Amino acid sequence: MSDADLNEFTCVVCPWGCLLKTQGDKISGYSCTRGLKYAQKEQTDPRRSISGSVRIVGAVNNALPVKTSAPLPKDKLLEAARLLYTVTVRPPIKTGDVIIPNILGTGIDFVASLSMEKQ
Amino acid sequence: MTAKQTRGESVIYDVIVVGGGPAGLFSAAAARGAGAERVLVLERDKVTGGILNQCIHSGFGLHMFKEELTGPEYAERSLEMLTNTGIEIKTSTMVLSITADKTVTAINPADGYMELKANAIVLCMGCRERTAGAIGLAGDRPAGVFTAGAAQRLINVDGYMVGRKVCILGSGDIGLIMARRIALEGGTVPAVFELMPYSGGLKRNIAQCLDDYGIPLYLSHTVTAVQGRDRVEGIWVSQVGPDLKPIPGTEKLWECDTLLLSVGLIPENELSRDANIEIDPRTGGPVVFENRETGIPGIFAAGNVVHVHDLVDFASAEALIAGRAAALVKNGTQAKAVAVIAGDGVSYTVPQKIRPSNIEGAIKIDGIDKKCDIFFRIRSRYDNAVIEISGGGKTIELPRGHMTPGEMERVSVSQKFLENCDSITIRVVEECENSPANFCTNCVVSPTKEA
Repeated sequence: MSDADLNEFTCVVCPWGCLLKTQGDKISGYSCTRGLKYAQKEQTDPRRSISGSVRIVGAVNNALPVKTSAPLPKDKLLEAARLLYTVTVRPPIKTGDVIIPNILGTGIDFVASLSMEKQ
Repeated sequence: MTAKQTRGESVIYDVIVVGGGPAGLFSAAAARGAGAERVLVLERDKVTGGILNQCIHSGFGLHMFKEELTGPEYAERSLEMLTNTGIEIKTSTMVLSITADKTVTAINPADGYMELKANAIVLCMGCRERTAGAIGLAGDRPAGVFTAGAAQRLINVDGYMVGRKVCILGSGDIGLIMARRIALEGGTVPAVFELMPYSGGLKRNIAQCLDDYGIPLYLSHTVTAVQGRDRVEGIWVSQVGPDLKPIPGTEKLWECDTLLLSVGLIPENELSRDANIEIDPRTGGPVVFENRETGIPGIFAAGNVVHVHDLVDFASAEALIAGRAAALVKNGTQAKAVAVIAGDGVSYTVPQKIRPSNIEGAIKIDGIDKKCDIFFRIRSRYDNAVIEISGGGKTIELPRGHMTPGEMERVSVSQKFLENCDSITIRVVEECENSPANFCTNCVVSPTKEA
């Protein structure tokens, strides 16, 4: 196998940031099973979780933080984030409440990552 | 003013915690858990949680909550930890002063001016950002220059976008995370510039905040001037040499409407200084003992007010130590203290002093252990580093491999080792394959592997 197949990238599953190396089916550089899984997934279906915020009216702040309920396909991140610009919600909101369901048909939701009461 | 708060009838709290961020909330929980009955947390913001409220990205809490949380979720969990504990929390409350006799003066809209007494105080004021003034940023003074954290709060909490084309100076974690945030909010980030030849942030943040969005990172570059009349129109950027000074002829104008500065954090210690608590000039925080007691008996400190942590879990873990110790107010100050000396390659250590007889209460992230964890940062990068801990005529060598100043290091030293020392020195050396006859310049001492 040639060096051209060698792929090096940083593991993002924890703050440790191991340098992962893949060459064909061979994976090295990981130091936990989550890292191994990430390396495998990154080859076939790279995904990332993202956070953002939506407008909230009548709460202590103007913005409600949200996050994806599961990692989204990497090529859909910017399009997904754009969906957040148009949404306005009202309290009360509980952490985990679905704010935007089924992002771009992926079956993944944007959920609230903070509870907010009426102000 | 309610009757309870009138002067002369003041309650004496077991522990007053100054600051309701993660360190404050964990300190309070630990103090209550260790038996303190009247615990009060004073927070100047409208809500507790501190900086976590604006850190809406994920990646917090793997140690403490055993799952990956966003900042607001971590803040909410930390607050939930205090429900039904009887811990009192006052928000929108500004602490004005603390004194060596453990009197806290504070003010808020509901109670007015308060003089509060405590048996112990835990300082959890966190840190704040270095500003354009702190780095002597030259050029025009238009709108559009923000510290990264201020921009983060504006976007994530207040709901205002800070600009459309945003350059970032500083590749610490906040700078990197803001680069991604701007990209996701529909702005563009032409570049992130870093003065040092390496990034100050976590490797994974370079991967998931810059690489994923195609944002370039220019190492050994700095902003020399801001240009713009009313609003930022561009920034002048130069490459810097090994002396960190701009190299003439390398300057280039980058067009942008906003500049974010992620150029370091400073522990916020005005209250500590006013109380004459000894401050370590290297950390910018109080000099602390193993249980995070400051130079004044009964006043403790934890979290970013002591030194800037990389991970909130480390700040929380430190708060568990301080909060517990504050509840026990076991004044170990008289006990023999071992000085921890930052040797070659080490910029600072926390704690700075250890009383071996007092280690029992020290809590590791993973549980109780009769060891004392020492946290430290190094001055430069190493590819094959060895940490040396020496004291009492003995040296412990810990091979550590790759090390970088951006990441806090931790070593555990046993009570037994410390008992035989007056001081211990921690230093970092590059492992050297050379024979003793021709050590490389990094070889501060001869390799003692055989000994």
